[in-house]
Amino acid sequence: MLGYIAKRLILMLPLLIGITLVSFVVIHLAPGKPTDLATMMNPKASLEAKQRLEELYGLDKPLHIQYWNWLKRLAVLDFGRSFAPDRELVLTKIGRRLPITILINVLSMALIFLAAIPIGIYSATHQNSLFDRGTTVFVFLGFATPTFWLALLLMILFGVNLGWLPISGLKSLQYEQLSSLARFWDRTAHLILPVLLSAFGGLAGMSRYMRSNMLEVVRQDYITTARAKGLSERTVIYKHALRNALMPVITILGLSVPNLIGGSVIFESIFAIPGMGQLFYASVMSRDYPTVMGGLVIGAVLTLGGNLLADVGYALADPRIREARP
Amino acid sequence: MSSIRLSSVLVLFLLLAFLSACEEKTESTAVSAPAPQTDVNVPAYGDAIVDGSIGDASTMLPALASDSSSRDIIGLVFNGLVKYDQDLNLVGDLAESWDISPDGLAITFHLRRGVKWHDGRPFTAQDVMFTYELMIDPKTPTAYAEDFKQVDKAEVIDDFTFRVTYPRAFAPALASWGFSIMPAHLLKGQDVTTTPLSRRPVGTGPYIFKEWQTGQKIVLEDNPEYFEGRPYISRYVYRIIPDLATMFLELKSGGIDRMVLTPIQYERQTHDQEFNKNFKKYRYLAFAYTYLGFNLLDPKFKDQRVRQAIAYALNKEEIIEGVLLGLGRPANGPYKPGHWAYNEKVKPYPYDPDQAKQLLAQAGWRDTDRDGFLDREGRPFEFTIITNQGNKQREMTALIIQQRLEQVGIKVKVRTIEWAAFLKEFIDKKNFEACILGWTIPMDPDLFDVWHSSKTRPGELNFVSYKNEEVDRLIDQGRYTFDQDKRKEAYRRIQELLHEDVPYVFLYVPDALPVVAARFHGIKPAPAGISYNFIKWYVPEPLQKYRLTP
Amino acid sequence: MNGPDLYSDSWRRLRRNRLALAGGLVVVSLFLISFLAPWLAPYDPAFIDVTSVLEGPSPAHPFGTDTLGRDVFSRMIWGARISLKVGFVAVGLATLIGIFFGAVSGYYGGWVDAVVMRFVDLMLCFPAFFLILAVIAILEPSIWNIMIVIGVTGWMGVARLVRAEFLTLKSREFVLAARALGASDRRIIFGHILPNALAPVLVSATLGVAGAILTESALSFLGIGVQPPTSSWGNILTEGKDNISLAWWLSLYPGLAILVTVLGYNLLGEGIRDSLDPRLRE
Repeated sequence: MLGYIAKRLILMLPLLIGITLVSFVVIHLAPGKPTDLATMMNPKASLEAKQRLEELYGLDKPLHIQYWNWLKRLAVLDFGRSFAPDRELVLTKIGRRLPITILINVLSMALIFLAAIPIGIYSATHQNSLFDRGTTVFVFLGFATPTFWLALLLMILFGVNLGWLPISGLKSLQYEQLSSLARFWDRTAHLILPVLLSAFGGLAGMSRYMRSNMLEVVRQDYITTARAKGLSERTVIYKHALRNALMPVITILGLSVPNLIGGSVIFESIFAIPGMGQLFYASVMSRDYPTVMGGLVIGAVLTLGGNLLADVGYALADPRIREARP
Repeated sequence: MSSIRLSSVLVLFLLLAFLSACEEKTESTAVSAPAPQTDVNVPAYGDAIVDGSIGDASTMLPALASDSSSRDIIGLVFNGLVKYDQDLNLVGDLAESWDISPDGLAITFHLRRGVKWHDGRPFTAQDVMFTYELMIDPKTPTAYAEDFKQVDKAEVIDDFTFRVTYPRAFAPALASWGFSIMPAHLLKGQDVTTTPLSRRPVGTGPYIFKEWQTGQKIVLEDNPEYFEGRPYISRYVYRIIPDLATMFLELKSGGIDRMVLTPIQYERQTHDQEFNKNFKKYRYLAFAYTYLGFNLLDPKFKDQRVRQAIAYALNKEEIIEGVLLGLGRPANGPYKPGHWAYNEKVKPYPYDPDQAKQLLAQAGWRDTDRDGFLDREGRPFEFTIITNQGNKQREMTALIIQQRLEQVGIKVKVRTIEWAAFLKEFIDKKNFEACILGWTIPMDPDLFDVWHSSKTRPGELNFVSYKNEEVDRLIDQGRYTFDQDKRKEAYRRIQELLHEDVPYVFLYVPDALPVVAARFHGIKPAPAGISYNFIKWYVPEPLQKYRLTP
Repeated sequence: MNGPDLYSDSWRRLRRNRLALAGGLVVVSLFLISFLAPWLAPYDPAFIDVTSVLEGPSPAHPFGTDTLGRDVFSRMIWGARISLKVGFVAVGLATLIGIFFGAVSGYYGGWVDAVVMRFVDLMLCFPAFFLILAVIAILEPSIWNIMIVIGVTGWMGVARLVRAEFLTLKSREFVLAARALGASDRRIIFGHILPNALAPVLVSATLGVAGAILTESALSFLGIGVQPPTSSWGNILTEGKDNISLAWWLSLYPGLAILVTVLGYNLLGEGIRDSLDPRLRE
């Protein structure tokens, strides 16, 4: 096992470099440079000004030189400066937005797990019951309804009409004047709608997988055997069936890790949350190469790490896979 | 099957429940104290105004800022030497007065005395000199150096007198000194791209920077020593809300006090009594116009009659009705009514599809194969209108134009393109047939950058390739003199020529539609809009909402 | 059990599953509506009428009109084509690619598995949205480009799931038995293991269809969806969002349509899964 993990970790490095190369090429394929956007359609900006800007950003050098320069700096964990007018360090920009995105995603995932697993199990063991059918419709409502639309509806209901919850943002305007406890509640209140909506959308996937797997597992021979042995239904379900049904769930966990740092630009837009989704989208649209590359690298590291965790999880859960190690 | 029915009933019920929630008349939870007995016309200090914006500022250093959100904040924190008053006349800001030498080559600014930077240091001509030097420094990554590079010589005559000399009398020069002046004592010797002043600005303006929570809000506090008098509103909060629908909800619930409405919000969603009790809507012509531009290098559009025909074929009122719900006016030139250079005698092309067909026939376009579309030499008359993605108004305009042109036999395809690609691959390379875009209407009427025939290189603004020698001559006439009457004459004639030549079909000038919470008094709409006297807005004592702890 | 019997038996069972049939009915109706759009739609979906902007449902316009006075009912009918295409092409592509890679990887193991999984890792590192944005900037945002990109960026989950199933199943008795009987690799993969591995794939595919339709609506929200004047349920919904308390019809109808379509695909998918499940055989 340890040898396997070590091998994977070593392989990550060339993989990462490959990813950065592909990312670099793809983002540069998109027409337009950041300096173009700052100066075009601007009566006050001349062509000379644009050329000057290009030199300052190093954009006049050939592409492979630009890539090599970037890679060299990355080796010492220098992600460079953004090409946006604020010219901040990429790490500063990302570091400012990452925590809130991670927080919302983690809370949302926790909520999904807490809800989906019991729903999946109960639906499977009581297949075609009212509960099963009802929750099917419910989770699909959550999945099929576009977030932005439901968000606005709930904002109108809870924010404007009832006034129970704040409408958007992360904090109230008077936040600084509140006591610690009030501050905690203020932040929580602002997070309720975003986290609930985020979870509502993701509930379908998880609970359907859970249900589907439990349905399969429950019909296996070894379950019949366990029952025949006289074990309580509870033990049968939770001790034997659940372990095996959790396999694809582990897959999903591993696949969800990169999403932890990716925000949804639409979601953040509607809720006025300054997260990674908006940063990434704005950077791609304004061709802010260093920020885009920085985001992709961090995302890639997390993804590869998450996949590794998922694979290790498989091996731990299913002994047969341990033998079949590539 | 019954559980399906049950499920669908459940679904329907949920949906209906939600819908009834939003049909409810929005009982605004916005704060509104009942009309007090005390005199509400007495200006009082205090309270805060919360402004809604869809974008965050990117930098607060005037030299580097290019987006409108940054400029919103910079406008409150900094001053230029001159500014525009409510009737769009140029008046002094940091400069009390100025003299223009008889030959028009030199402008001497007499600066105000006693003005202090927010950190207490005095403002002097050295700051103006420093700003000038910073802007022309090749190491400064700014897009706005052009105006400053026109200067031949800049001199500090004494602490409160600053003189610039130009090689020729240059009218836009005066307006260019509306640019924000930056503090020499804090920026001298610093690398302008890494200075902390980008995020914590120090200016001379009516508001002092307090804090910036990126992506969330920017807070400014009043400057008690502002040279025009302390602003009445004690605090200014700039709240970033990227989505307009969310922003509108925040407005209704009192989370923000001011925003710019869309035509639909203005016309259809804000007529109820409750809303009008708590908010005041304003409406004035914006400083921008939208147009249909022709690529004049394309053989189809080389004939003036074709362009005029298209102008006749379009119904501008229809476009304004559909896109702006009637909240705008037809445009017929690069200026708007109220601007001193505007030529009211130039009448817009009326909607006349018959005249259009006649002109097209004269230019050789007829429907010879009876397919409903015109053709000439065997080729049908079809072209693509491009515009940038994400701008709903331009998209809708393009579609209405498409329908109208179809009626006179021209086939139009509409294409929306991502902004950066749009500029780089299509506009810059002149790889387009027609486009829908807009320009802001500058306060100074100089038209050089957009209409002069020398500005047709890739990346420059005369991307339609308009070349008219008389217009070139008039543009020069207009910019190289300070004589307002001479300038006016030139610009009026240019408008006549643009009207005949139709390089653009000027479409409309939209209305700006700001809305402000009713507790703010002192707002006086004028040609310049409503914000020109922002420091004089106030909230009477009894209506104040935000009590600020010191 | 050999191949042909398994499938015809499943078909028989599917026909008896009422819920799945309902789902199938929805899917078939979708097909018919999109196919017959030119005859079903009462108006030209692109016809602009600025005098009837944002009107509620009426006899003339059963679903009301939008911000340019266009008939929403007609636009919904034509929009079905987009939803159908997006569902099939995008998800179909993703599923096919995913099944291929997952099966090969899971069955053969060894270095094949290692290479394929590292390739999956590589693809997973690129957020789908980034690729879609980049593609749209480079190419035109036509519906085909968008669908292909959604498909090409969405197969990784399916691949992993299929691989996991194959890893578990390939050491089962029925596989060993088939091999002992001399069945070829291809036969084993497609005839024996795959039908049993399809369960999570079907669930994933049906969710994927919904996801693809919603992605299209997200792209419309950002202004980078289908080109005007083409209508899609997503871009009607986006208009609905901007006018949510004013024009409820712009939200309700496309929302309902998406919901019904998603449910339909799901019921059909689950029905197919149930019918292919050898353990449910009577």
